[in-house]
Amino acid sequence: MTTTPQLNRAQGIGPSALNRRDGRVPNQARRRDTLHGWAFAAPFVIAFLLFLVWPIIYGFYLSLTGQSITGANSELVGFENYGEAFRDGDVWRSLGNTLWFTVLSTVPLVLVALILALLVNLGLPGQWLWRLAFFAPFLLASTVVSLFWIWMYNPQLGLVNSILGGQTAWLTDSNTAMISVVITTVWWTVGFNFLLYLAALQNIPEQQYEAASLDGAGKWRQLFSITIPQLAPTTLVIVILQILASLKVFDQIYIMTGGGPGGATRPIVQYIYETGFTAYRLGYASAVAYVFFAIIVIASVAQMVITSRRGAK
Amino acid sequence: MTTTEVLNRTEASTDRRVPSARQGRDKRKPLRPSSIIAFVILAVLAILWLLPFAWAIVTSLKSEADAGATPVTWIPEGGFTLDAYTSVLSEGNIPQWAFNSVFTSIVITAVSVAISALAAYAFSRINFAGKKWLFYLTIASIIVPPQMLIVPLFYQMLAFDMVDTYAGIILPQLIHPAIVFILKQFFDQVPIELEEAARVDGASRMRVFLQIVMPLSRPILAAVSIFVFVGAWNNFLWPFIVTNDASLMTLPVGLQTVQSAFGVQYAQDMASAVLAALPLIIVFLFFQRQIIKGFATTGFGGQ
Repeated sequence: MTTTPQLNRAQGIGPSALNRRDGRVPNQARRRDTLHGWAFAAPFVIAFLLFLVWPIIYGFYLSLTGQSITGANSELVGFENYGEAFRDGDVWRSLGNTLWFTVLSTVPLVLVALILALLVNLGLPGQWLWRLAFFAPFLLASTVVSLFWIWMYNPQLGLVNSILGGQTAWLTDSNTAMISVVITTVWWTVGFNFLLYLAALQNIPEQQYEAASLDGAGKWRQLFSITIPQLAPTTLVIVILQILASLKVFDQIYIMTGGGPGGATRPIVQYIYETGFTAYRLGYASAVAYVFFAIIVIASVAQMVITSRRGAK
Repeated sequence: MTTTEVLNRTEASTDRRVPSARQGRDKRKPLRPSSIIAFVILAVLAILWLLPFAWAIVTSLKSEADAGATPVTWIPEGGFTLDAYTSVLSEGNIPQWAFNSVFTSIVITAVSVAISALAAYAFSRINFAGKKWLFYLTIASIIVPPQMLIVPLFYQMLAFDMVDTYAGIILPQLIHPAIVFILKQFFDQVPIELEEAARVDGASRMRVFLQIVMPLSRPILAAVSIFVFVGAWNNFLWPFIVTNDASLMTLPVGLQTVQSAFGVQYAQDMASAVLAALPLIIVFLFFQRQIIKGFATTGFGGQ
């Protein structure tokens, strides 16, 4: 990537060269650059400090208090909330649900996306329709998707049972609730990964296939010895984005199952929401939010390490 | 080659108006049995993917009696009707929610892309004191999941008296550190010579930014704008938390209350969902190419 050399160049011959022509001393120029730089960045920085940095700090402070929405018991309690979170079975259960959802959803969201992209990339007629069918659901709001699928899964009147037969109560049976939500999620978001794969497939040089077919490699052989290895970096990006997205799941589960039955599908974000906004325990909710943040950070750092190790090879 | 270029290339080759090498080759090639099998698989999958849409649309065109009747049928006994749409549009809050969604999404997109572009330009071109750590801080914040901030942000909105206001919905959605990063990478690759020449001629930085850099950046700005707009349009959690007043809800939040309020009115539920889905689907039908390009570009971090 060209970021660093370009930056150096910009710094080297950009403003300072101009300034000397102006006859100003470099010191003044630097002060002016600093003024300009902060002026350009100011609107973003102000919003950034107010609505990202401050809530992060304030949330951490809240997590050390017994704050509730009525303002009662706002004194500092140290790390008591974190101790409670550690002992709270519901925290562990919702973390478990979140991880389980992440595993169940990431695998098909990567594999199905790959298969769809490979098929569409064959160049069969109907490109416009394939893209529409597989990508359009991604443009829908979680609520719309949930309403569609609540109706699909309706035990008596839904299309799923009318096709499969039987009276399965997909969303209210603890054996099927999670898998039902996962199927909905795959339908909803696979289009994005599909798109990334499609773009990557078209990036593979045609010559590689030509050379391989001259060497007598068949289509399947080419798939496994050229296409799949060439897609490896894309697969890594998709897996990373997908795991991070799946760990943050809330909307479709909250709307479709309410986290039920009996907490069987409740993800950690929903637990934060309920603790903060239905039990009104702001301090404790903030502590759980920080536990959630820690997991996201661990996942991100692990992935950064993996990516940079791959990049170094 | 960048994603954008690649997509340009393929889309040109699949566009009927632009004959290309690829299409020509496809036409000459006899349809092999394996292609037919692949086509059938693809068609089955596409039908499977379109089924929930089709089912929702058909349900929304039934009377409530037909929608709730067993056995389940595609063609209702009493014929198709627009009753569900007329009652949803006349009785419900859907027009108001649609307005709220359009308004907040447009403001969020315009403001956040503007402030991100300004910051990205400073990071890319201006050598200011404190730039390094400010940039690292911005990059590091990409990791922060917005979901973890709902409690402190809500408290902050209470303090600012912004619960149940447009400002309360909009302000926390303005920060997109990832967009700043993508735009900075783009600016880094724009040749600096043009800007230097303009600066020598005495143009201010702001003028250079507005009159040279912005026009050059149109494709990437369109890409990130699409990304931000769709995200804001579909955002559920934050608007759900910050609005209680039905007249201020966005479509996704309002719809969720419809579902719990009407309960058994299946045709009306589906009519509401279809109405909420419609705007973006229609926009997609017209701008499929640009939207796909926008998502692929942003998804790969601007590469």
